[in-house]
Amino acid sequence: MNLRSYTTTLSIFFLLLLITLCIAPLIGSTDISLTRAFSTTLSNSNNIDASILFQVRLPRILLGAITGAALSVAGAVLQALLRNDLAAPFTLGVSSGAALGAVIAIALNLNFTLLGFPIISLFSFMGSLGAILLVFNLVRTRHGEFPTGVLLLAGVTANFFFASLVMFIHYLADFSQSFTIIRWLMGGLDITDYNTILTVFPIVFIGIFILLFVSRDLNLISTGVHSASSRGVNVKKIQKIGFVTASLITGTVVATCGPIGFVGLIVPHIVRLFVGPDLRILIPASMLFGASFLVFCDTFARTLLAPTEIPVGIITAMLGGPFFVWLLKRKRPI
Amino acid sequence: MTSVKMELDNISFAYDSAPILKELSLFIQESDFIGLIGPNGSGKSTLLKIMGGILKPDSGCIKFKGSETRRISKKIFAQSVSWIPQGNPMVFPFKVSEVVLMGRHPHLSALSFESHEDFNISQRAMKTTMTSEFSERFFNEISEGEKQRVMIASALAQNPELMLLDEPTSALDLKYQIEIMNILKDLNTNHKMTLIVAMHDLNLASRFCNRIILINEGKVVSDGTPLQVLKKDILEQVYGIELDLDFKNGHTLIHPKIDS
Repeated sequence: MNLRSYTTTLSIFFLLLLITLCIAPLIGSTDISLTRAFSTTLSNSNNIDASILFQVRLPRILLGAITGAALSVAGAVLQALLRNDLAAPFTLGVSSGAALGAVIAIALNLNFTLLGFPIISLFSFMGSLGAILLVFNLVRTRHGEFPTGVLLLAGVTANFFFASLVMFIHYLADFSQSFTIIRWLMGGLDITDYNTILTVFPIVFIGIFILLFVSRDLNLISTGVHSASSRGVNVKKIQKIGFVTASLITGTVVATCGPIGFVGLIVPHIVRLFVGPDLRILIPASMLFGASFLVFCDTFARTLLAPTEIPVGIITAMLGGPFFVWLLKRKRPI
Repeated sequence: MTSVKMELDNISFAYDSAPILKELSLFIQESDFIGLIGPNGSGKSTLLKIMGGILKPDSGCIKFKGSETRRISKKIFAQSVSWIPQGNPMVFPFKVSEVVLMGRHPHLSALSFESHEDFNISQRAMKTTMTSEFSERFFNEISEGEKQRVMIASALAQNPELMLLDEPTSALDLKYQIEIMNILKDLNTNHKMTLIVAMHDLNLASRFCNRIILINEGKVVSDGTPLQVLKKDILEQVYGIELDLDFKNGHTLIHPKIDS
């Protein structure tokens, strides 16, 4: 790969994101006028257009972009690390651990903020951390390796185990708790304030940069751990960096938006069809396309049954599934 | 007087509790073309991985050109020693040229792209292995014989002095077997490449290699020229079957006896 085709390709994906980010705020259940939103004559409290645009839609769209980027990059990296097409950010139990944390907070009727964060988010983040620690400590061999087959099985088992705990708590919950639980499990982008974005963005951004930094090592690991090792890759170290970073950015966005499915599985596949499997370009391209994709899906979620807003977790697979199958039929190289 | 490339001193290794290599010692000389032979499970693959720095021995010491390998960084070591696995299933659709370029990894720093020179080196590697014509095809689409040549090209792009190959000919038909062995012979004679090739075909080893190491149950049983090592009594004992040995054009030919 040379630098020129690299920048050209990424510019196209960047342009796509830019267009999505410009158009999405203008679409919604209420028509808004840009001239009125940016008008200087109206006071802030009277300017309804401005408050819809800046207080309601924009933070939601930004959160969608960050979430889509994080899940897509995590998916691309986990697929490479586990050398498995079907791997996704949630494969190793991150999302079900997060769900367990969130559901515990809901069932205990905890409803306050700690250090500026909603307690449900904090519980869910701790849940995802706990799940990662559990799975990796169970799988690690005495030589400090993570055999991928065992890791996959342990992740899937952890998912089922946490899911059954979630169902158990859900079963015992009262009606209003039950509604909150279901709503959390669907995943959505409707928490809207800039503080959340200011916390989530740096974590995700730094995480993606770290993954980009080790992307060539990840390429080699995706072709086999032994041949990677013979090419000078410190496999154990890179595996650790990759798994921990991908899980952390996943845990961070899941804690704020719930487990929005499908994005992390399918965006890397879509992007790979266009740019190939080299993670040096797959990671940034997945970041840009994943961001566009989730914002696009959320625009549908906001407007399909307007004024009712559907959780975006319902839309991602509904829109993305058929699109991917169509793409696969047309572009599959083999 | 040739110099010592690699020295293994009392190497032991076990995956779990069952020992695979037992206090094994070896000298690899420069420009050796070694056929590493032995029954299934004798420890050939493990020995290659130990020599390639992929596995760490439980005890014993390995020296590469006089310095202990555990004191050499993985990256520096990979600039001199390459290892080629036995078959390499690729999950993702990498192109042949991309697979070859991956051999440049130990020569690149983080976050960098391959330079013009890296491209030239991998192109030369593809020319040597006759893989240039399908460089833009997907690795998963080409035949086993072609894959093996691509893996050799990728290892060559690493610019090594010592190449370790794990059964490069086992999955190939006769023509491809000879093709691979001829490429290796060319590397050995014209490029001074030191080669250690694990293999099962004793006749192929006898024809091409200048040194044969026979291992069994994690120990070196015999080590020397093909004529010295390929002896009826040793082979019959190690492989546990009866054999007929012929000599033709200065090479030993081995045929198993089959009851019928």
